[in-house]
Amino acid sequence: MPEATNKVVVPAGMPPITWRRRLMDHFMTGVAILTVVLVLAPLVAIFGYLVYRGVGSINWAFLTQTPKPVGEPGGGMANAIVGSLLILGIASVIGVPFGIGAGIYLAEFGRNRFGSAIRFTADVLNGVPSIVIGIVAWAILVRGHGFSALAGGVALSIMMVPTICRTTEEMLLLVPQALREAAYGLGVPRWRTTLSVTLRTATSGVITGVMLAFARVAGETAPLLFTALGNTYWSLRYDQPTAALPLQIYVYANSPYEDWHRQAWAGSFVLILLIVTAVAAVRYAVRRGTFGTA
Amino acid sequence: MANPALPRPDMPGPQPVEGTKVTSVSAHRVAPLLRVSGGEIRDVIFKSVMMTCGLAVIGVLALIVWELISGSGLSWHAFGLRFLGTSDWDPVNEKFGALPFIYGTLVSSVVALIIAVPLGVGVAVFTTEMCPRALRGPLSFFVELLAAIPSVIYGLWGIFVLVPLLSGYVQPLLAKSLGWTGLFDGAPYGYGMLAAGIILAIMIIPIISSITREVLMVVPQHQREGVLALGATRWEMIRVGVLRNARAGIVGAVILGLGRALGETMAVTMVIGNKPEITKSLFAPGYTMASVLANEFSEATGDVYLSALVEIGLALFVVTIIVNALAQLLVWTVTRGQPARGHA
Repeated sequence: MPEATNKVVVPAGMPPITWRRRLMDHFMTGVAILTVVLVLAPLVAIFGYLVYRGVGSINWAFLTQTPKPVGEPGGGMANAIVGSLLILGIASVIGVPFGIGAGIYLAEFGRNRFGSAIRFTADVLNGVPSIVIGIVAWAILVRGHGFSALAGGVALSIMMVPTICRTTEEMLLLVPQALREAAYGLGVPRWRTTLSVTLRTATSGVITGVMLAFARVAGETAPLLFTALGNTYWSLRYDQPTAALPLQIYVYANSPYEDWHRQAWAGSFVLILLIVTAVAAVRYAVRRGTFGTA
Repeated sequence: MANPALPRPDMPGPQPVEGTKVTSVSAHRVAPLLRVSGGEIRDVIFKSVMMTCGLAVIGVLALIVWELISGSGLSWHAFGLRFLGTSDWDPVNEKFGALPFIYGTLVSSVVALIIAVPLGVGVAVFTTEMCPRALRGPLSFFVELLAAIPSVIYGLWGIFVLVPLLSGYVQPLLAKSLGWTGLFDGAPYGYGMLAAGIILAIMIIPIISSITREVLMVVPQHQREGVLALGATRWEMIRVGVLRNARAGIVGAVILGLGRALGETMAVTMVIGNKPEITKSLFAPGYTMASVLANEFSEATGDVYLSALVEIGLALFVVTIIVNALAQLLVWTVTRGQPARGHA
């Protein structure tokens, strides 16, 4: 019986509610409200400042031109925006299939020791600092080959896999067993059931995981520092140093030039817009998701 | 439960029609799901492909460990354990000691925890126990929005908003009121451990508060009702009935936040001042393990230098893994295991 095991611990013989206890109650409520205010204050300050500095700093040149030489005002981050998309594209192309595949394995075949090992590894991988992943990507793909968009993409894909893998597993497990059994009963082979019935039913949830992983790595800077490196010119090749929005923001923020500071704010605004759009899309998808019956 | 869908004995199931030769093309068109040829072998292939993806996860982690260990070998042979205990960082003479970075990482993370734990737990308690139901969703959404902001934007905001604020107002005030402790000593430049700690605190609050909220929500409702029925005020109910039961999980949430703080790179690098010194004052600039990697890795010349940096990476990796594993374990005991019992 749960009542027996969950013994409620109460000081013996609670006294009647005195003004002192009532005051304490009000005081702690006040403290809790204060913590909420203190937490929301930086949020408002950061977003407010981002919008205030960002909107004022964005112009056509920022979105269409490449950076001007050091110290010269004007120019933009067009190459960094495109470069970011290129790197994120590479990361998604590698990370999404592996993540979903591993998730499918865990949900459909992973009720064993090997599955637990993968689960544990994914959780560990999730906690590895991004800069360490950058070092490893450097050691494998950059040393001896040179900086490249591919190395940056691989570093980011390593960060995407654990998130996608665990959400995919969770979502697939939400799909009712009866649905699988129905498919088996019709003579559908197991692989076909998994792909056409189970995965299909869980599509919106799996996409949620992918978008969360995407949003998480979209703003990552540390793993790109010594993989994609950055570039002041256009580059659309996978094997060349490539500009990325977060890298550009980092460099510009640390520079002594007023105009670069402006562009750093503009770049941050574009970046946050990208991420917030992804997160909002996820929340929208989840709210009207197809899990009504699950 | 009676199942009307079960076939009755007088109604035979669909029988194969004799004499109809089913070609694979027409079968594909009519009922693609019913194609059975080679089903077994495809199942095996499918399973092994999915397994390969799973293996890749393990392989990547193994690769990380291998690269870090093999990359730091040179430094390990040159300095041994002294590497972690000495504080010279002199790339020119190839003398390396990681102590200032370890110190900086620890101090900035501890400052962050001191600020973030009361705030994060407070917000979680407010959202689960106190606030009107309608406010719950939006409030947790806004707090979690903090987690969506990229590290580099925190750094940018730190440089242009937080640092001037600290050097102009907060630090003089702290120096005047608490200067005697020695913790708030020196010139108020803004950049330094304090700024790094505050930025880190803002970044880990969403983790601490969302996991604490999860933990608080699994505390059974009858615990709350029981304490209230005994005549407790709401705060007493929270303290006795909720927080005490969720203690282990809250500690787990805090440690998870610590894990994030230890490995955080960009924002810290941008505001901590990047000076490999060990000083007591929080106003002084410092350096963390992650930020030395960010700053010096791509410019490191010489194999020993590079190897020393990789060894810092290895140390960071090991510490974060231990911290995260511990946290997972603690959260797990509360959310999935037996409900934690308050002791008498």
